[in-house]
Amino acid sequence: MRFTRRTGACLCGKDLSRQVPARVEPVEIQGIKGLIGVSLKYLDEYRDPELAKNLLDGLLRRSLSRASIRLMEICGTHTVAIFRSGLRQLLPPSIQLISGPGCPVCVTANEDIDRAVWLAQQPGVIITTFGDLLRVPGSSSSLHEERSKGADVRIVYATFDALQIARENPEHQVVFLGIGFETTAPTVAAAVHKAAAEKLENFSVFSAHKLLPPAMKALLEAEDLSLDGFICPGHVSTVIGAEAYQEVAAKYHMPCVITGFEPLDLLQGITMLVDQLEEDRAEVAIQYKRAVTREGNIAARKLMNEIFEAADSTWRGLGEIPESGLKLRTEWRSYDAAARFAMPNIQVKEHPGCRCGEVLRGVMTPPQCGLFRKACTPQHPLGPCMVSGEGTCGAYYRYHS
Amino acid sequence: MDSLSIQLDHGSGGRATHELVNEVFAEAFNNRFLLEMNDSALVEVEGGRVAMTTDSYVVDPIIFPGGNIGSLAVHGTINDLCMRGARPMYLTAGFILEEGLPLETLREIVESMAAAAREANVLIIAGDTKVVPRGKADKIFINTAGIGMVPDGINIGGHNARPGDAVLINGTIGDHGMAVLCKREGLAFENEIVSDSGSLNGLVQAMLNSCRQIGVLRDPTRGGVATTLNEIAQQSDVGIQLDEESLPVREDVAGACEILGLDPLYVANEGKVLVCLPQHAAQEVLEVMRSHPLGRAACKIGEVVAGEPGRVFMKTRIGGLRLVDMLRGEQLPRIC
Repeated sequence: MRFTRRTGACLCGKDLSRQVPARVEPVEIQGIKGLIGVSLKYLDEYRDPELAKNLLDGLLRRSLSRASIRLMEICGTHTVAIFRSGLRQLLPPSIQLISGPGCPVCVTANEDIDRAVWLAQQPGVIITTFGDLLRVPGSSSSLHEERSKGADVRIVYATFDALQIARENPEHQVVFLGIGFETTAPTVAAAVHKAAAEKLENFSVFSAHKLLPPAMKALLEAEDLSLDGFICPGHVSTVIGAEAYQEVAAKYHMPCVITGFEPLDLLQGITMLVDQLEEDRAEVAIQYKRAVTREGNIAARKLMNEIFEAADSTWRGLGEIPESGLKLRTEWRSYDAAARFAMPNIQVKEHPGCRCGEVLRGVMTPPQCGLFRKACTPQHPLGPCMVSGEGTCGAYYRYHS
Repeated sequence: MDSLSIQLDHGSGGRATHELVNEVFAEAFNNRFLLEMNDSALVEVEGGRVAMTTDSYVVDPIIFPGGNIGSLAVHGTINDLCMRGARPMYLTAGFILEEGLPLETLREIVESMAAAAREANVLIIAGDTKVVPRGKADKIFINTAGIGMVPDGINIGGHNARPGDAVLINGTIGDHGMAVLCKREGLAFENEIVSDSGSLNGLVQAMLNSCRQIGVLRDPTRGGVATTLNEIAQQSDVGIQLDEESLPVREDVAGACEILGLDPLYVANEGKVLVCLPQHAAQEVLEVMRSHPLGRAACKIGEVVAGEPGRVFMKTRIGGLRLVDMLRGEQLPRIC
């Protein structure tokens, strides 16, 4: 499919919230590629104003034992959903929602963008990537800029599309830029698997995948941010399951609720977090039961672990976090772009004045940045949080007065 | 004509062009102005203000549920004239054809153009045909231009919204864009989503007959309702507040948008009109709209406000308030 991914969903995967109520009835239309038949119902039920009002009243009426409750929504899809429903200003002032580092494009470090740009500059290389990454500025260039100078950079909507490009261009090296969390990584693993089965030797993956739970721990270790609970991501959790947050909840005494993306999901998730706080519990609970289980998607994780292993990784704003990324295992090294190409050391330059790092850690909101809406807009983004449809700055720009 | 498909000859200006013009275009658009076959058509218009507009159509696929590139090219240009309160009278049609286009397809498209023009009581009085080699265009592109007369006393434009005005629409939003997109991408839902492509002149005429206080008429095509309302807010230097609960969206369109990550507020319409008029006249105009076939689902979707000039806000279903920005970044290409 050529159109954009869900504005809501993203590199962290497709929105599984729809899968339960959706009925799938494939219909054949002659001569059209990608036959899909879907019907989608029960949307309004998760947006019912009456039920929302009841949940909101419950939160407003409650006398809380603490002056303020600071909850972080880690996932960019949540950030956008919160803005789209106008939820933030309906909550009692004591409950604050803080946007976290859950936009994969945004947390990709400058050095990784620079490496992708370097790869794009190499003769005979075709870069395949998700669209959001194109305009992210690196130290001195972006993939978008390289493309206008003649580099072969192609947007794909699935990793398997990159395989097809490799099949069709045997004389070229096709590199897929693996950006994303635990939701995307299994599909990339599946593509590597398939490439190996087909002996597709001109395909490789530049892996800048990230793992969320280690980043959550890093946030909690940092001294400049105080948090009372996590609104845990819905999509990532379909793969990693509730158990993946157990350590965060127990070691840091931090309530975690895996939450869906509709207004009622969010209100219920927040209520569950407040309940835990008031009762001094710190557990991993699942609000988003129609998509998430305690154990997650075991098959997807098995595939991911077969191809990848955890590695230290640098996050924009958070720095290097131990075991927070994924690299290809040694036995799959021949599909690792980092091994296939002798990449030089690149001098990384950050844009002076860009505060994306602080925004990603939740210690600053976009309007507090001097560049926001002035030098930095979606048309001329200076930092990744403005580029991505899921970025906190982009969401503030589009939905916040 | 001997050939079953368009050949480069058909654009040569010679015999083949004449055959094509006579047997396909003149036959379908049949009127005395066109049949004079001169370099330009001469028409008489009574004194007054003439509205004039032009639009090019490159929609892909060329045939979609609810219409085709031909009917769309007639509806779109007629609607642009209506949005100034003009009575559409004459259209021109320019065709860029790709070599190899089946003649049967061209006939189907041209006949829908003729039918759409008849239905709207306008004449297609001049035209042009060019043929480009295979691969240099995609099947068929059409340009239409149109003129219409604006009756005295009518002053309609995007700059006329005033605080306190009601904002109305004549029906569900996003139908055309989703019909085209679903057809193009091979997405099938329980029922086929049908484009709302249609001529608004009958509806607009009925509205103007009943109320002379209508300030703004705009058709929310590319960029959708959100973008058009932002344009009105900027042109009139007012704020606009929408009510999410009252936005009419067909269930299948809402479902398709949800799956594809699109917001119906940004999806193109081809038979919809946004209206700003004083609150006290709103009910009467709504009743007139609802009694017209193209306005059955007409409703009020918001209000013009004095605060926050140039911006559009929406009261969300759960009672929050958020900004509704113009369409930014990637547009769905070739939707009209």
